[in-house]
Amino acid sequence: MKGLLVSLIALVAMGSIAQAQTTLKPAIVYANGGKFDKSFNEGVSNGAKKFTDEIKIAVVDFEPSNETQFEQALRRFAQRGNDPIIAVGFSQAVALEKVGKEFPNTHFTIIDSVVKLPNVQSVVFKEHEGSFLVGVLAALASKSGKIGFVGGMDIPLIRRFQCGYEQGVKYANPSAEVIANMTGTTPAAWNDPGRGAELAKGQFDRGVDVVYAAAGNTGTGVLQAAKDRGKLAIGVDSNQNYLHPGTMLTSMIKRVDVAAYNSFKAMQGGSWRGDVSVLGLKEGGVDWAYDQYNEKLVPPEMKAKVEAAKADIIAGKITVHDYMSNNACK
Amino acid sequence: MRNPRRPLPAWADIVLLPLINIALAFVTVSIIVRINGVDPFHALRLLVVGALGSPESIGYTLYYATNFIFTGLAVAVAFHGGLFNIGGEGQAYIGGLGCGLAILALDRYLPAWAMIPIAILAAALFGAAWAAVPAWLQAWRGSHIVITTIMFNFVAAALMVYLMVNVLIAPGSMTPQSRNFEPSSFLPAMQGNALNLSLGLALVCCLAVWIFLWRTPWGYALRTMGHNPEAAVYAGTDLRRMTMVAMGISGGLAGFVGVNELMGVHHRIVLDFPAGYGFAGIAVALMGRNHPLGIALAALLFGILQQGGAELAFEIPTITREMVVVIQGLVILFSGALVQLPRPWLQMLFALRRPS
Repeated sequence: MKGLLVSLIALVAMGSIAQAQTTLKPAIVYANGGKFDKSFNEGVSNGAKKFTDEIKIAVVDFEPSNETQFEQALRRFAQRGNDPIIAVGFSQAVALEKVGKEFPNTHFTIIDSVVKLPNVQSVVFKEHEGSFLVGVLAALASKSGKIGFVGGMDIPLIRRFQCGYEQGVKYANPSAEVIANMTGTTPAAWNDPGRGAELAKGQFDRGVDVVYAAAGNTGTGVLQAAKDRGKLAIGVDSNQNYLHPGTMLTSMIKRVDVAAYNSFKAMQGGSWRGDVSVLGLKEGGVDWAYDQYNEKLVPPEMKAKVEAAKADIIAGKITVHDYMSNNACK
Repeated sequence: MRNPRRPLPAWADIVLLPLINIALAFVTVSIIVRINGVDPFHALRLLVVGALGSPESIGYTLYYATNFIFTGLAVAVAFHGGLFNIGGEGQAYIGGLGCGLAILALDRYLPAWAMIPIAILAAALFGAAWAAVPAWLQAWRGSHIVITTIMFNFVAAALMVYLMVNVLIAPGSMTPQSRNFEPSSFLPAMQGNALNLSLGLALVCCLAVWIFLWRTPWGYALRTMGHNPEAAVYAGTDLRRMTMVAMGISGGLAGFVGVNELMGVHHRIVLDFPAGYGFAGIAVALMGRNHPLGIALAALLFGILQQGGAELAFEIPTITREMVVVIQGLVILFSGALVQLPRPWLQMLFALRRPS
């Protein structure tokens, strides 16, 4: 804390930052997966890092270890004058509703959930749209017509991934079959690569040749299993194509880093607004990853079909059903 | 020095020995903290101030201690009957479900004076029922209770996720949680803090457990079963019934974690509120030497570690939450697994002091 203050004062002395920024003390409260999960939380962390590198303002953070600490950490940061504060993950919504009311002058941003308060900015993603695209690609790349899905903890958010993915598969190949497994029912399911690998192998044994992992750190096991068996895998949240070039078909990117960066940036520029942003394909919030690591796996005609589906979703010609709109995939 | 293995006086056993264990733990922790480049005394000061330095931090410390008292007592009651209940986690979860269901069903019709006791009772009943199944399996089928209770933790977690995601989820909610409880079910709590009246319930439970174990015939029978089951049978105790009673009480106590969490803090049913308290209860009971007073003190220490540890992670970025778990783990290691380590030294010291 002292170090932060000193560096802030030093920066002010250098005159390199405007008056308004002297009070900017950004903070992040991470979700249960922890800051370095190679996926969701790490995306936020990367966004914060980018902001710090650019603007030279340090970001403090906290990794809670139980449900009660969400509220405690948010309140502690607010009391210490940190502003803005990013709450990562849907599990913090309850805590933020309380703390947001207690500190009406502090600016909060919540990722993956909606809290309707004037001083809270909510950022949610249309994961079903991104998952639809990777589903289309999976169906096109599959030879067996059997497509796998490995989810993390069995909650509505992950069913939304699964539901969008299934719709994409059926869109590209109506006779394809999707075999889906959830890793578990406790938060440990986000962090169990061994079990992820076992589930993926089980699916491969049933004829699956493309598997999509939406399971946080558990996904690393799924991607590894696909590499070991020479099957194709799809990563999630961050671009994971580079992990296993040759077996990584693509990744469903969810730009949480941009969300975090934008929130800090907007605060710094004075354009911060307490509203709800829903980031889909159109807004660049979700996308499929195409880069030097997977270009050999995705021939031009496949790429064209996925891009066509993407254009159709953006244009509204295809509507991807959102599981969470009615808690059902229909 | 005729008998260096003479038992220690009670105060040394209950107070001095745990203190030495904690001191040993802190020496070890200091070395690790030092390797991480943090001054151990600075860290210790932050931990203590973070846990006891302001009314707010004391509130959180006591709130955590409340959970640890419930689960510590739960483990201790079963342990006195020779039963190792590792299912506190699941019993707490289902206890919370019980109190949540009672509140969701009745909170719109009942005033607080009726709602709160009913919900507390429901928590105890559901926790007891969840413990009764492994107890029955142990008593009548011979399935070992360590295995069955730990399995029931997973069953409880799966059941809760199923119910929260598919049945109890509030309409239109993004996250798996029930609708908000009505204020009639709220336990009086400290403003802006997690501390609530459950602490009172926990202290009453301490007293009740003490009376039950040492001042009633049932408690006597229970302890006899724990010390020597054959003697208990000879004395006319029905071991099966006693197993059910012990586990029922144990599960009910664990279920009260749900009262503290849901009625005191969250005011809705949420996922994952037991957060490891059930498992920590084993260490609390071991450290408290299965005595309610010892458990209350051990729970306080665990509360201090939990709250102070969070503050430590807050203040010093190089101390991550994993480091805090290591620190807590070392304290548990020294106070639980290695609890007997300093005993021979102490016994020798006492023998020296009073050579008669």
